[in-house]
Amino acid sequence: MLWEALTMQLGYNATLVAIGATLLGVSAGVTGTFLFLRKRALVSDAISHATLPGVCLAFMVLVAFGGDGRNLIALLAGSAISAWVGLLCMNWLTRHTRLAEDAAIGAVLSVFFGFGVVLLTVIQTMGVGRQAGLEGFLLGSTAGMLWADALIIAVGGAATLVLVMIIRRPMMMVAFDPEYAAARGLPVHRIDLAMMGLVMAVTVVGLKVVGLILIVALLIIPPVTARFWTERSDRVVMLAGLAGGLAGYLGAALSASAPNLPTGPIIVLVSFGFFALSLLFAPVRGVLAAVLQHLRFQSRVHIRQGLLALAQGQKIYEPLTIRLLRRAGVVRADGVATEEGKARAAKALRDEKRWEIVRADQAHEAIAALYDGLRDIETVLTRDQIAEIDRRIGGPQEVTP
Amino acid sequence: MSGEEFVPLSLTPLLIGTFAAIACALPGNFLLLRKQALIGDAISHVVLPGIVVAFLLTGAISTWPMMLGAAGAAIVAVVVIEAIRRLGQIEPGAAMGVVFTTMFAGGVLLLEQTDTSTVHLDVEHALYGNLESLIWLDATGWSSLLDIQALAELPPELPRIALTLVGVTMFTWLFWRPLKISTFDEGFARTIGIRTGALGMALVITAAVAAVAAFDAVGSIIVIAMFICPPAAARMMTNRLEIQIAWSVAFASTSAVLGYVLAGYGPLWLGSADAVSAAGMIATISGLILALTAAIGPCRTRSGAPSGT
Repeated sequence: MLWEALTMQLGYNATLVAIGATLLGVSAGVTGTFLFLRKRALVSDAISHATLPGVCLAFMVLVAFGGDGRNLIALLAGSAISAWVGLLCMNWLTRHTRLAEDAAIGAVLSVFFGFGVVLLTVIQTMGVGRQAGLEGFLLGSTAGMLWADALIIAVGGAATLVLVMIIRRPMMMVAFDPEYAAARGLPVHRIDLAMMGLVMAVTVVGLKVVGLILIVALLIIPPVTARFWTERSDRVVMLAGLAGGLAGYLGAALSASAPNLPTGPIIVLVSFGFFALSLLFAPVRGVLAAVLQHLRFQSRVHIRQGLLALAQGQKIYEPLTIRLLRRAGVVRADGVATEEGKARAAKALRDEKRWEIVRADQAHEAIAALYDGLRDIETVLTRDQIAEIDRRIGGPQEVTP
Repeated sequence: MSGEEFVPLSLTPLLIGTFAAIACALPGNFLLLRKQALIGDAISHVVLPGIVVAFLLTGAISTWPMMLGAAGAAIVAVVVIEAIRRLGQIEPGAAMGVVFTTMFAGGVLLLEQTDTSTVHLDVEHALYGNLESLIWLDATGWSSLLDIQALAELPPELPRIALTLVGVTMFTWLFWRPLKISTFDEGFARTIGIRTGALGMALVITAAVAAVAAFDAVGSIIVIAMFICPPAAARMMTNRLEIQIAWSVAFASTSAVLGYVLAGYGPLWLGSADAVSAAGMIATISGLILALTAAIGPCRTRSGAPSGT
């Protein structure tokens, strides 16, 4: 069943939903990356909640003019307008009052959503009886998705992607260093607005599939996931698009494969699955990589200290150090150094003395700053320099009785 | 309006709404100043999975397990947000966004998976609450306030939210000095021996308890609005924390009363027959108050601070 869903053999509606969710995931991932890198991820939360009054007002206007009230384009247009108003309110609050951005986000989010709820109850009392479609905007409803709906999502998603590609460079510059961008003459404020306008477009397009509460997840989770895997901004954008698209596709397929699996939440949970995997297993930034690196560091410190102790003829009591030294073939089971161990211990002590000279010498100040007790001296000094230092240390001297 | 009508139908929702608003606004002041305003948003989203899990475990809609579930979910969310922020080195906003959307999605999924058709548990109810239904049927007029028998039939939400309000007020009052110091200057607070980490956690937990209790009565949308809007509006009025808190309490009560009255009677004045959502209206009024103070409040700009973002 799942396989059929993945290969799009579950019928017309499931295929439409899968395609729509994939496109939405890609454009949300790509657009959300800029917001995330600008450290404004939760702006999307305010934008998405601010769509509700617009949807309701559009519905009321449609009904007032005798229409059906469920024309998707009109509803999306209404949601776009109110989201834009919310965005401007939030921007005004942060720019012209003392409120911080998080307070402005929360204020816009709750007030617009509250007003939307008021309008929803007004619609319920209008007695039109056809408001059922509106509840779907809260949590998404893909069951009745039509060809026209899928087309709107596809066109909207593609248009957003094209716009992102066109203005990606200034957006990236503003995201990383707004002061520098301003000094270069870029209109930072307007680029910020454009960035949030694109987020708004994705939100509006995604209302039908995942609903206004969960679209936030698609804008935030894929970029955070992608950030684990690379340090290059263009790759973060691409990986976020990939993660979002995959989550959309897999989520839609999963939800089509069994009853009672609503599309929106499943997509979000799949997306979170990718995030959790990345958090644990990503190279360099992942938890596992960090643990491994810590263990490697620990063993280097222990072996180094163990070698120095051997060279100075001290007994080693620390069990981890003994274990590590034995595994490295430096000591035998009874704690006596092997031939190789003696050689390495002598070398370690010699290196320590060399470092001592280097750190005492003003001429080597820059190199002395690199001393951390673990670094091999060969990696920072040339052979000639080491020979020079060795000459200053001198060879073993005869002891006169 | 006469007491026979007002006391049973409107007094208890008004009181519950006001208490809930104040209970949320008090910790909201500190969260706002600490730039943690969106904690309220996150908490009110994760309450849903907590309630659903509690329902699945107990199999019934009973208040205490559900409040425990909601509070548990809020604490889990706060801990997970902190863990993800530290482990993944992600900025707090994004970590919050990852966690609360996922938990909310999990809650919706669980809700769809279980058979809740026999009980009144759905997403809409969780979002909007049902303030209007908290009526006091046994009351006959003002005299019922002295009638033990009628008082026993008060909606249970009222004593619960009143107790929460007392708890939140006590917390604010008892920890006033350390809270104030650590909010404005965390480094100084630490040097004079205040355990800022524990205090910050206690503040978040207090906020979570207030949110859960208020949520039980009035739905999550009021909770978010009351955490942020009254304190933000009060911030525009003054530079002193004591006065800011007084303003925020005043604004919260005004929004609750005005919002409830407008939702109940506004449509009647406009000639419509039915009332609109009181929770939504209270949030809207608090937003209008914020807009007003943002436009004309005496301390609305950043004095001395550089302008721009």
